[in-house]
Amino acid sequence: MSAPDLLYSEVEEDLRAGVRRLLRDRCDWTSVLARCESDQPYDLDLWRTLAGELGLAALLVPEELGGAGASARELGVVAEELGRAVAPVPFLGNLLATTALTECADAEGVRELLPRLSDGSLVGTVAVPLTTAPHAPFPSAVKAEGATLTGTITSVVDLEVADRVLVPATDEDGPALYLVDTSAAGVTTTPATPLDLTRRIGTLDLSAVVAQRVGGDAVRVLRRALTVAAGTLASEQTGLAQLCLDSTVEYALTRYQFGRQIASFQAVKHRLADLWSGVSTARAAARGAADALTGSGEETELAVAVAQAYCSDLVVLAAEEALQLHGGIGMTWEHPVHLYLGRAKSSQLAFGIAERHRARIAELVGLES
Amino acid sequence: MSAVTAEELRERVRAFLAEHDPAVEDRLDFLRARFDAGLAWVHYPVGLGGLAAPRQLQQVVDAELEAAGAPDNDPQRIGIGLGMAAPTILKFGDDEQRRRYLRPLWTGEEVWCQLFSEPGAGSDLAALSTRAVRDGDEWVVDGQKVWTSLAHTARFAILVARTDPELPKHKGLTYFLCDLTDPGVEVRPLRQITGEAEFNEVFLTGVRIPDSQRLGEVGQGWQVAMGTLMNERVAIGGSNTARESGMIGVVAEQWRQHPELRTPGLHDRLLRLWVEAEATRLTGQRLRQQLAVGSPGPEGSAVKLAFARLNQQISGFELELLGEAGLTYDDWTFRRPDTTDFTSRSAGYRYLRAKGNSIEGGTSEVLRNIIAERILGLPAEPRTDKDVPWKELPR
Ligand SMILES: Cc1cc2nc3c(=O)[nH]c(=O)nc-3n(C[C@H](O)[C@H](O)[C@H](O)COP(=O)(O)OP(=O)(O)OC[C@H]3O[C@@H](n4cnc5c(N)ncnc54)[C@H](O)[C@@H]3O)c2cc1C
Repeated sequence: MSAPDLLYSEVEEDLRAGVRRLLRDRCDWTSVLARCESDQPYDLDLWRTLAGELGLAALLVPEELGGAGASARELGVVAEELGRAVAPVPFLGNLLATTALTECADAEGVRELLPRLSDGSLVGTVAVPLTTAPHAPFPSAVKAEGATLTGTITSVVDLEVADRVLVPATDEDGPALYLVDTSAAGVTTTPATPLDLTRRIGTLDLSAVVAQRVGGDAVRVLRRALTVAAGTLASEQTGLAQLCLDSTVEYALTRYQFGRQIASFQAVKHRLADLWSGVSTARAAARGAADALTGSGEETELAVAVAQAYCSDLVVLAAEEALQLHGGIGMTWEHPVHLYLGRAKSSQLAFGIAERHRARIAELVGLES
Repeated sequence: MSAVTAEELRERVRAFLAEHDPAVEDRLDFLRARFDAGLAWVHYPVGLGGLAAPRQLQQVVDAELEAAGAPDNDPQRIGIGLGMAAPTILKFGDDEQRRRYLRPLWTGEEVWCQLFSEPGAGSDLAALSTRAVRDGDEWVVDGQKVWTSLAHTARFAILVARTDPELPKHKGLTYFLCDLTDPGVEVRPLRQITGEAEFNEVFLTGVRIPDSQRLGEVGQGWQVAMGTLMNERVAIGGSNTARESGMIGVVAEQWRQHPELRTPGLHDRLLRLWVEAEATRLTGQRLRQQLAVGSPGPEGSAVKLAFARLNQQISGFELELLGEAGLTYDDWTFRRPDTTDFTSRSAGYRYLRAKGNSIEGGTSEVLRNIIAERILGLPAEPRTDKDVPWKELPR
């Protein structure tokens, strides 16, 4: 295996600049906070702009299927920026759905669906608990009889804005994937009150719902979608960690105590220096995963597991350090640190906590207990 | 010369190997010829062992030569020369100095060491008091250096000395290339925590250094030394590319070979360390890739910091993993090694030696200051001594 390219290309930097500009204009934290308290926590207008103008909703979908035909490397850069803005858009759910459906593009209706998921006119997600690790066993919560599904799946990401849900289910032939329209009869979605106010989850109840079976090797397709999402999440976590660091540095330079900027105290400087080192390491690990995701196989799985094992703890550390170094103001509702912490802690749980990824690494490199 | 491509380089190496068969040619002759062919460090200028090629292409050359069974220049043994002396000579030296020193440095015929630290000047390097006084075309040097790694194997040293005590401490320094075989240089072993003497005390008494061995302007020693230290951090942090190389590989092997030593708690710690090591390795790789397109920045400090912490954690872990065997030590015999040997000595040695990783090449505390100030732009530590003439500073 050749060494991964861990830098950003010029094209990637251009893409980043475009996304960042848009998010700066349309997604500052005050509006994110206001949105969290409204009955429309997601900014679907922003999502449609990101999707329609920048092609972010379906970077990995090939152009002939209506997507942007980009690679996981560019996807990683976009995820960093979305993380850096704690953007309330259905990025993760849609990523899961489009990645999985691209693999099943031969199935009836899927080919027509992908362009609509790509341009933001429809939102998709995959019905697994957000905590599902890529290597977890195929879910068994839903049973398929004939073409009707019955079962309950909790903690489905982006469910409340999803128009289509890809549901892993077991039928007489074993594991399969079914496409469900959320407006179909027998579908109930119940939003949960989330720890992360910027990324929502909900429960999907299916009661004899008529659904369409889509082709492909369901186990492999689901695993690939989860692997891509988990690897991309590492980039999002890196972006969020960078945000935590940057805003804490900024605050430490402006806050005076004992007649000095608190940033001039060595105890504070050293913690920020350590955090900076951690963010640098997270970036390398996340880039390693993004680069590896352009391929497949065990090397890819390993790179993703390493990135998740590192980044998901680091982002929590970054948010917790940010809170501590902001002092009392960080504990208030008006200040955005709590948004960062909620996102950081929930994303640590997403696609499996670090421990689960370490267990997978142990299998992959022969370090079993 | 326009930039060389990987394919052209491969061609060059093949042509070189056609003329110089490593199986029959004398090792040193081979290395000298490789240098002259510009295949030593390809990013160096033509005539100085390089081809002015992009730095990352070195791996193409190394891989080709390794596959052909060619000898290397034993980079472990000449690390200070390669990592610190050479880039400093290249950047600040004159043509004469570059021609004189770089080739034997690279082939390993002449080993280099670093005469910076003094008993009264460690982290605060600019406080050093070794004096150099001009006498015609020469400088007369008097002082004492300490913790000088591998000085006993070295022929030359990079040396910082005070040439004007009337000036503030950063301004009165000058940088020299010192021949350790000159009269007045005395290298004494300094036994260390591991039992061996990898570093030394070096006493300089009336050592006469020709002015032609001055590097950079008189009084510019601090700037030159900063360049060296930046390179040092890159050299320390930027080695090892393969997964599970270094100490994590050692403990991973212990784990695989000794199922009887495994416990759930140790397993969890091993995997945490494995992930840290892998992520840190990628960070070093990313740094090298940045380096290949730019120049060493303070980012090297981050890798050095992480590397030190990790080495210490892993070596401590290894002793716990080994249990009873962790109570023993391989060899306390006093000796003067010619490399730092992390892999072929015992776990106890590794544990003790790793303690130096957060001190040598700048302590972890000083590195954190550097990251905080140069990268994050936080306020500098208060400096009461900055504008005071050196001779008036309290010591
Ligand atoms: C194995 C080894 C090999 C070495 N090889 C060489 C060599 O080849 N050539 C050479 O010139 N030198 C060498 N050194 C010396 C090394 O560079 C110094 O030991 C190092 O710079 C620290 O200086 P010091 O030992 O005087 O500690 P001090 O500077 O006295 O530091 C003591 C403690 O105070 C802390 N401290 C100091 N200043 C600050 C600050 N501003 N903020 C916060 N904390 C601070 C330090 O981090 C440390 O914990 C070597 C050292 C070791 C251990």
